[in-house]
Amino acid sequence: MQLKKKDLNVQLKNFTINFGPQHPAAHGVLRLILELDGEVVKKADPHIGLLHRGTEKLIEYKTYLQALPYFDRLDYVSMMAQEHTYSLAIEKLANISIPLRAQVIRTLFLEITRILNHLLAVGCHAMDVGAMTPFLWAFEEREKLMEFYERVSGARMHAAYIRPGGVSMDLPIGFLDDVYIFSKQFSVRLDEIEEMLTNNRIWKQRLVDIGIVSSKMAIDWGFSGVMLRGSGIIWDLRRHQSYEIYDNLNFDIAVGKNGDCYDRYLIRVEEMRQSLHIINQCLNIIKDGPIKTNNYKISPPSKLEMKNSMEAVIHHYKFFSEGFALPSGETYTATEAPKGEFGVYLLSNNTEKPYRCKIKAPGFAHLQALDHMSKGHMIADLVTIIGTQDIVFGEIDR
Amino acid sequence: MLVKNKRHFFNIEHFHMLSKIIPTYHFFQHNQNEIGVVVPKSFLIACLKIFKQHINLKLDLLTCISGVDLITNNYRFCIVYELLSITFNFRLRVKIYTNETEVVSSVVCIYPSANWWEREVWDMFGIYFRNNKDLRRLLTDYGFEGYPLRKDFPICGYIELRYSTKHKRIINEFVNFSQEQKVSTQGAQW
Repeated sequence: MQLKKKDLNVQLKNFTINFGPQHPAAHGVLRLILELDGEVVKKADPHIGLLHRGTEKLIEYKTYLQALPYFDRLDYVSMMAQEHTYSLAIEKLANISIPLRAQVIRTLFLEITRILNHLLAVGCHAMDVGAMTPFLWAFEEREKLMEFYERVSGARMHAAYIRPGGVSMDLPIGFLDDVYIFSKQFSVRLDEIEEMLTNNRIWKQRLVDIGIVSSKMAIDWGFSGVMLRGSGIIWDLRRHQSYEIYDNLNFDIAVGKNGDCYDRYLIRVEEMRQSLHIINQCLNIIKDGPIKTNNYKISPPSKLEMKNSMEAVIHHYKFFSEGFALPSGETYTATEAPKGEFGVYLLSNNTEKPYRCKIKAPGFAHLQALDHMSKGHMIADLVTIIGTQDIVFGEIDR
Repeated sequence: MLVKNKRHFFNIEHFHMLSKIIPTYHFFQHNQNEIGVVVPKSFLIACLKIFKQHINLKLDLLTCISGVDLITNNYRFCIVYELLSITFNFRLRVKIYTNETEVVSSVVCIYPSANWWEREVWDMFGIYFRNNKDLRRLLTDYGFEGYPLRKDFPICGYIELRYSTKHKRIINEFVNFSQEQKVSTQGAQW
């Protein structure tokens, strides 16, 4: 059989490749179906759910307190931010307020968590793009911060420290001194990381004008946090829908101009500096006092009280076995987690288990827009865009 | 640069004024500043359009869509849209009620970010969204059957995966417990 001439001239235009799920630049288990024209991305279709553990379903079968540790395991690089959102939601439904010291401790740890997250975000982003050194420096600092976690809760990562009604235990002696020592040296470490990256020619070539998000697009796609501020929208829940003691603190909101990956990198670094500033303010205003509410329906009584009061023993037993019931109600509570707006939609029905607990993860909305952000870029830029979105699959897949 | 507080929490009276133009079942208010509205399913698109474009609302950011399975209700599912107005700094919760046999219109045409949230609700509750061009399962495995977040779906699921040394691959098996799974009922256990 003889082939016709037009059959011989078939041109292969676009082709489809599979990226991941096990790829070092995919930040976990991201599977992308990429449609490429040469090296240019035409379409990126993320397939998620490879780390789906059914957290929302599991929470429905646990008491309010038992459900708390699941929140650590969502975004496993900013653990306390999520416990905190969940605790706030419960406090809202139970209509209780917490003592000042607990609020300051929470704020302190929220900012430690923010640094923890941004160090990983910047460090891993740099490594994806090709700079190895900042990653190693960042992880050394992260180790110190996780030691702070360990000293208050016993766990380096999954702390379960912020609980409904306050925090689980008081700070150990000498803890605040060490945070101060850390804060004094940390800004120098930040300077070093910036020295390596900010004016680095390769870093700028890889980041500037990559993954530009206009402010309209950021709103349309439901962005939050750094991704929104990178596009020039002044929006920070710590300031605009304030919680804990953020109202009384003095900090700046870093806002980008061009909405590209480089702006978002600069914002992350600046946020770390602002977090440091907040930590220092917390160290100055922290005072002695109770660290959890004395409403024993919501938080357990102290050891001392249990030695002296039968009532306290009963409360303790009931609290840890049966849990506490929340009156019927619903709330959507959102806080400024390091990655963006982390929200919990909690539905209670007068029992000790949540009827429904929907978790709004910031990364979910960001990853959804990956297709739009990467369209027309090279495949190597895709890695930069995944890095700048600060994707962690624990929270996206839930 | 220090940005001034954008404090403009919305007043529920504004909404009673709005009820003249929006067909709503009722307004509700929770915990100081959480306000919401239940709208008829057929008017969802129209309502969201007004919420997004009304000059005094500007709810142009869809935060999330969550499904709730109220198994005892006649209209079994509740779909909750969380809207956020960055301009006026307030949130609004829009709710619709539906059941297994009815379809809901997709809001992707108004909020592009709704796509994945709708896919998730479809995946988890089996609520079909009309006019969503891309309604595939999102979080569960390829070829998964059932809707896990429905209240009548068992927490252990129906199928488990394991590596079979005999077949030298991962195989599906029906979940089989020698003892019935203990799920404590609601309320006190004694």
